[in-house]
Order: sequence, then structure tokens, then C-alpha cells
Amino acid sequence: MDITKKDVEYIAKLARLEVSEHEKETFTEQLGDILNYVKVLEELNTEDISPTFHVFPVKNVFRSDQIKESLSPEEVLQNAPDQENGFFKVPRVIE
Amino acid sequence: MSQYEIVIGLEIHLELRTKSKIFCSCPTTFGDAPNTHVCPVCLGLPGVLPVLNKKALDYAVLTGLALNCDINTYSKFDRKNYFYPDLPKAYQISQYDFPVAQNGNLRIQSNGEPRVIGINRVHLEEDAGKLVHSEEGDYSLVDYNRTGVPLVEIVTEPDLRSTEEARGFLESLKKILLYTGVSDCKMEEGSLRCDANVSVRLKGETELGTKTELKNMNSFKAVQKGLEFEVERQISRLEKGERITQETLRWDEGSAQTVSMRSKEEAHDYRYFPEPDLVPMEIGAPMVEEIRKTLPELPLAKRERFIAQYGIPEYDAEILTSTREMADYFEECVKIFPDPKAVSNWLMGELARHMNAAGLNFYNIKIAPQHLADMLEMLQQGKISGKMAKEVFADMFASGKTAGQVVAEKGLEQISDRGVLEKIIDEVIKKHPGPAADYRARKEKALGFLVGQVMKVTRGSANPQMVNEILRDKLK
Repeated sequence: MDITKKDVEYIAKLARLEVSEHEKETFTEQLGDILNYVKVLEELNTEDISPTFHVFPVKNVFRSDQIKESLSPEEVLQNAPDQENGFFKVPRVIE
Repeated sequence: MSQYEIVIGLEIHLELRTKSKIFCSCPTTFGDAPNTHVCPVCLGLPGVLPVLNKKALDYAVLTGLALNCDINTYSKFDRKNYFYPDLPKAYQISQYDFPVAQNGNLRIQSNGEPRVIGINRVHLEEDAGKLVHSEEGDYSLVDYNRTGVPLVEIVTEPDLRSTEEARGFLESLKKILLYTGVSDCKMEEGSLRCDANVSVRLKGETELGTKTELKNMNSFKAVQKGLEFEVERQISRLEKGERITQETLRWDEGSAQTVSMRSKEEAHDYRYFPEPDLVPMEIGAPMVEEIRKTLPELPLAKRERFIAQYGIPEYDAEILTSTREMADYFEECVKIFPDPKAVSNWLMGELARHMNAAGLNFYNIKIAPQHLADMLEMLQQGKISGKMAKEVFADMFASGKTAGQVVAEKGLEQISDRGVLEKIIDEVIKKHPGPAADYRARKEKALGFLVGQVMKVTRGSANPQMVNEILRDKLK
């Protein structure tokens, strides 16, 4: 599967990344190389193998429904670039 | 309009009634000060590890069972990626290809006809935070208290064929969910939210028309009004030879119309992938059976049983089973006072009336089933009259006292003692020789006057039937 410049632009847009024309060329090539490298796996016959979603043989890890203390509002907002009345303040999101 | 067929599918988000959040131990309480129920896990800070709340999984399985779904033995979480400030991690932990439950259905009555509405899936996910848009100024405020509150998303098949049917389905669904106790289902607090996929097509057409997704319908009324508007809009476009654009719309209550939501529309590519921080779930038969034990008798089954077991009319059974609490109250009462129709009448009549007037529900009323049953027994034994009963009941409802207490305090007990009544009646006859003579002379009207005098003396507490009897006897 070949990666096109359009794919790179689309992925960049989804990831909110600004990439220059030069970078687009580079990433098109590099992402293509990566996919081609992984393509080796296609040589394997996986007909009767069910897909693997998790690599560790662990399942059903639960916690019980118990409340523990949350952070203080000061701690919560400590890394907030901007705040107002206990809220995080962000650029306006128009619906 | 009649040449068009309406096709509606619903997506219902339901906040589960757990104490703590789905992947961390913050409380799920609604309505507290912003950002007070937040920890590194729900903030999505680096290095944290979410762990699934078992109760949330139990509730999701229970929801699936109540909706006749198959429970998936293997289930896992996935990341749904999108950028929106209500989502601190820039992804929502949800379920993609292995939801907790699938392939269910819900039976409803639509226009008096039984209909089976398919349930495509029931999956678990975390709720997002809440955005407040400032009136002036170009910013928004974010409260992450709701972030990580457990949700189940219930997705129906596109089986609904009218806006009334969609509303009816939602009401039936809410009733069942309230019975199971998995959620408090408060639309006004956002613990039950409904989105809809709507399309129309010419009758007989087998392909589905282009659909729009409708959001922000915050009440049953809004669901129906929003759907009605959208259906009309689509039909009028088609009539004019225009096409329907596939888009996400928001129901605007104020202007009563659907408005395009461009911001959420642009990136419908969520790039789901397995959530590496959460291990998969194996929901085996023993776990399912354990949870099935907690599944209560559901409304439809209870309704049928009430009709068969208690011999009450269908109408009564429908009302009495409208909530689990009312049904339980009814059964408690009947256990003590086994006249189901009398109990039903009082529940649907006086009790419902007082509850509505006082804005109370079965959790906070003072009058216990035992109290009502005792009062009905006094009524049956003639210790109080029907008219007194209503007065006694009002007092019991307000104070939480028993019927016996109220009757004693108010001196309301009906005088049904023959000896006592005879004595009073003798006095009355002696005091009013004129009317007594009139009655003896076959003037029926005079009897009414004498009965009235007895009632006056006893302040209305004499058993009227017995007073009549004794008077007639004595004046023969």
C-alpha cells in the first residue's frame, strides 16, 4: 500500500499538526517505508488464527465501586494554561 | 406526506448509577462545584492506569439482559480519537467491535399494535466533561466532573417508523431501565440522553434514504418535536427535488428548529484502536447467570401477572406497573388487605393525587403500605365511613400517623355501637316530638330531619345506615 501526499495531509489534519511542503514529502516517503516494512507480515498464513488485541494473557482486572478522594481544585487546575472560577478556560468552541 | 416512510434509529446514552467513576475512584455526584471530582486518571495525565469498575460492567450486562441481548463472552475497550476540549485525553475510552452486548430487542405497543424494535448493541464507555460557553468573550469553560462517569450506549436498529413510535420506544426503554435500577434516567440532569438517526424514503423503497443525525433533545417532548421538525424538513426538501445532506444537526429548543453542527461534523474518522491500558473482559456464563439473578421482573411481565393474579383491569395493571416502586407498594398492601381492586383504586386515586400535589414519590412519602392497608380494613369494618376515610387518609399522608391514631385524635371513629346509638336516638325523638309524629303519620321527609339531628349530636360520626334502621324501628 502506497502512502500519498494526500494521506499525509489528511492524517496531519486529524492530528492537528502543521506540516511544511518539504515535511509532507519526507513523511510520505517515510510512512510508506514503514508500511512496506510491516508488509512482510502479510507473507504469513493467518487463516485459522484469531486476531490479537492484547499481547498479555491477562483478563478481567476490576476494581470495586468505592470512592476515594479526588484532587483539590488547586491541584486540578495547576497545569491549566488559563482558568476562571474553578473552570478550565479554553478558546471558544462553537457548536 | 403519506407517501413517505419515516425511518428512525435511536442512540441512547445512559449514565450508570455507580458511586464511583468507570476507571477511577472519583465520585459521580451531579451538580457539585466544577472540577472537584477529578483525579489524574480522569484528567488523562501521563503515567496513569485506568482500572474498570466492576459495578459498571455488571450494570452494562444487566442492561443487555433486560433488552434480550446476547452477552459477548469476549469484550474489550477501544480508543475513539477526536479533539474536543470536553475530552482531556483527546480520546474517549469506548467499545468498537466487541461491545458487552448485542442483538437484542424491546417489545413495545405502538398505536395499540405490538412491535418489536431491534437493539443493535449495548456498550460501555466513559462520559465526557461539560462545556459552558461564555455569554460574552471568545472562550469556553470546562468542568471535568462528568468526565469518566460510566455510560452505556444503547443503539437501536432503524426500526422505528414514526415520531410517536420513537417517543413511545424511549418511554418503554426508560421504564425498563428504571426497573433494573442501572440508572436514575433523569433526562433533565443528562443521565438519559438521546440522539437520533433520521431518514425518509418513498413507501415501497428498499434502500434507506440519506440520514441526518439529530442531537441535543433533552426531554421526551423535545425528542418528538425535534424528530417531527426534521422529518418535515427532509420531506419538503425531497418534494422540491433537493437532496438531503448527511450531517449532524442540533435541535434548538428556543427557535424550535434543527441547526447544522459543523464543528463535530468535520472529523468522523475516529481511528479506533484497542485500548492498551485496559485488559479485555471475559464475561463467562457463571458471571452472566450471577447478574441475571439481579434482573427484576420487567414491566410487561409484571403487568400480565397483575391481571392474572389479582384479577384487576388491564388499565389498573398498566398504571400500577408504571414504576417498580408503585407495583411493590401495591403488592405490599394487598398482602395485608387482600382486596386488590380496592387497593388499586386508592393507589391510583387518593394516594396519587396527594403525591402529585405534594411533589413526592414512593421513596419519600410517609404513609407506609401497612398504614393504607389498616385504613382500608377500618373502612371495610365500618369503623369509618367512606367520606371520613378520605379525611383520615389526608391526615395520614401529611403526618405519617396510622389510621387508628388519626381516628382516635380527631374523635372520628364511627359510632356503630347499637346501644350507644339507641340512647342518642331516644333523646332526639324526645326533643323533637313534632317531626317524630310526622314520620309516624307517614311523612317520609321527617325522617331526614331526625337523622340530621342525630348526626349533629354525634358530630357526623354515627353510622348513617344504622341510624336510619334504628329510627325506622322505633317510629314504626
